[in-house]
Amino acid sequence: MYRILQKEMLNPTVTRLRVEAPLVAKKALAGQFVIVRADDRGERIPLTVAGCDEKTGGVDIIFQVVGGATMSLNAKEAGGYIADFTGPLGTPTAVEGLKKVAVVGGGVGCAIALPVARRLHKLGAKVTSIVGFRSRDLVILEEEFRAYSNDFYLMTDDGSYGEKGNVCAPLNRLLAAGETFDEVITIGPLVMMKFVAAATKPYKIKTVASMNPIMIDGTGMCGCCRVTVGGEMKFACVDGPDFDAHLIDFDEAMRRNRTYLEFEAISREKHCNLFKKETK
Amino acid sequence: MKYNPAMKKCPMPSQAADVRNKNFSEVALGYTVEDALAEAQRCLHCKNRPCVNGCPVGVPIPEFIALAAEGKYEEAYQKISEASSLPAVCGRVCPQEKQCESLCTRGIKGESVAIGRLERFVADYHLTHGAPQATATPKNGHRVAVVGSGPAGLACAGELAGRGYDVTVFEALHLAGGVLVYGIPEFRLPKRIVEEEVEALKARGVKFELDSVVGKLITVEELMGEYGYEAVFLGTGAGLPMFMGIKGESAKGVFSANEYLTRVNLMKAYEEGAETPIFRAKKVAVVGGGNVAMDAARCAKRLGAEVSIVYRRSEAELPARREEVEHAKEEGIEFRFLTNPVEILTDAEANVTGIKCVEMELGAPDASGRRRPVVKEGSEFEIALDCVIMALGTSPNPLLRRSTAGLETKPRGEIVADERSATSLAGVFAGGDAVTGSATVILAMGAGKRAAHSIDEYIQSQS
Repeated sequence: MYRILQKEMLNPTVTRLRVEAPLVAKKALAGQFVIVRADDRGERIPLTVAGCDEKTGGVDIIFQVVGGATMSLNAKEAGGYIADFTGPLGTPTAVEGLKKVAVVGGGVGCAIALPVARRLHKLGAKVTSIVGFRSRDLVILEEEFRAYSNDFYLMTDDGSYGEKGNVCAPLNRLLAAGETFDEVITIGPLVMMKFVAAATKPYKIKTVASMNPIMIDGTGMCGCCRVTVGGEMKFACVDGPDFDAHLIDFDEAMRRNRTYLEFEAISREKHCNLFKKETK
Repeated sequence: MKYNPAMKKCPMPSQAADVRNKNFSEVALGYTVEDALAEAQRCLHCKNRPCVNGCPVGVPIPEFIALAAEGKYEEAYQKISEASSLPAVCGRVCPQEKQCESLCTRGIKGESVAIGRLERFVADYHLTHGAPQATATPKNGHRVAVVGSGPAGLACAGELAGRGYDVTVFEALHLAGGVLVYGIPEFRLPKRIVEEEVEALKARGVKFELDSVVGKLITVEELMGEYGYEAVFLGTGAGLPMFMGIKGESAKGVFSANEYLTRVNLMKAYEEGAETPIFRAKKVAVVGGGNVAMDAARCAKRLGAEVSIVYRRSEAELPARREEVEHAKEEGIEFRFLTNPVEILTDAEANVTGIKCVEMELGAPDASGRRRPVVKEGSEFEIALDCVIMALGTSPNPLLRRSTAGLETKPRGEIVADERSATSLAGVFAGGDAVTGSATVILAMGAGKRAAHSIDEYIQSQS
């Protein structure tokens, strides 16, 4: 059992939990993930480490409430416990030696992009952060991003905050104006990462995408998280989750992520009914 | 001693095929006392003990059967325990027909003695009637870490605990048991049996650290350094699933047997209220012919699908345990022998719609001694279905070798260990599938036990 030290709602559907896991806190680096199981009968879900505090042994996870498993997790409060917290898994994002980097995050993916930006900032790199959200009420971690970025662009799809448009707009603008980066690191919805990769490809800028496919064990055992990269089958949990975005088959990854869509919908419905009953 | 001349084994009471293929309860119900007595009395107690030569861990078979024939079941269990760490498991999952029972004298003219069923009977008898669990052996002050809680790790931990070592088992998943809990289904090996084995080890002082991925959370170097373990046993198994490398393998509805079985067995995805999803297929093909293929096929059947096994060799070459093949057939699983998929067919949304297969014929024997299947020219045909499960075998997990400098491995990832189970790193031992590639529970258990002897020798020679 792992104790929840803090809980914070970042927006109506995104929650940050700080979980007491001192060994994980000591080891986890930006880009790595943990497998979390809320309760004894819960699903194992992969969540990227959003930050660590070695002093309190706390590890931050940020998640969007999408299905049954994340609803169960969101039902937990500070002081409560979650059943399992396994990690750090996956390979850390390679940031050593990078001098000038664009970090492009979308939606809840910004939670994962932030520690990468922070690590780069600490290592002395010049960081351009571009973050995108659907609308103003879904914006998360703005202050934190500003603190670690030399340049910061905030986009909303509906223009209710920041600039109207998607993350590719400022990226394209910068690239067209002759701006160069050692690397572009992108984390967010698959379709967004696909377009970021397409934007940087003509400029031959190395681009890395962080994949978050369906997983069970997170240690290379189930093969569920397989991603095609450069025509080769890779397991995101042990070979990734970061891959060369110019080589990832994003269309296939998007289709694979829809495998359990129907189940998720039913599970969400069941949970909602359960909550309705409890509140009656 | 009374002798039973019956030519056939006393049959195993089982759930009826058309009932059990709809539930996950254990198929074989186990012998009654009467069955066990009658079967034990079929043993000839041959002086040269051929059956023992067929057992990878050398269980004193005629001796335990003699005790069982006298109704001394607890004593019979203790006799098996001299050689085997997990009798209740091995009695259920060992391929006895290729091991002990294949050499039984009674098998020359009739059926061999049902050694596996008797082992299961006395082990179950012990679990329900047995004397209180042995308490912890006085500690010798030495600490050993065991990585992985599958059959190799459990056997190694048990053996070391018996010699007074302070043993901690590190397990990556949230439950101890390794392949016994994520791979082998409930209907073949009830999870309470594994739980009882783990509880028995805890009662003997073995500690379990779950959710602990060695190589990520803690390295082998740290275990030997700041954590102060004097030796480490690597029993990490072979968990990385193989795929065929054919077109369509990333489609929705294609699963590794590991994924499918883990969802069903470890996550209990079939139970009402489980949060873990499982793909509800209508028509499934399982590719492969081993125990894992049988397990996956029988799980899919229980979840309501029409299931066939697609295997590229003929029935004679099936590597699965005979009883599992028979059970699968009885449960209505279709076998397509000498058939090999060459492509997985999909619709525009990448849902599986079928497989394209070729017919095979058997040519000259290959390196494994089995006749090599070759493609029959112009034999392509299609099967319409919505799910394909790949049960083609597994290779060792890369996590440890990537995080452990100096740990020598073979090109396919198996850890190199000598006859003493010693690896290229001092104080680090290995055994089971992590060393051999995918094999059986009993071989892994034997390897864990042997490694425990070597670890004991190693530590005693150091102090």
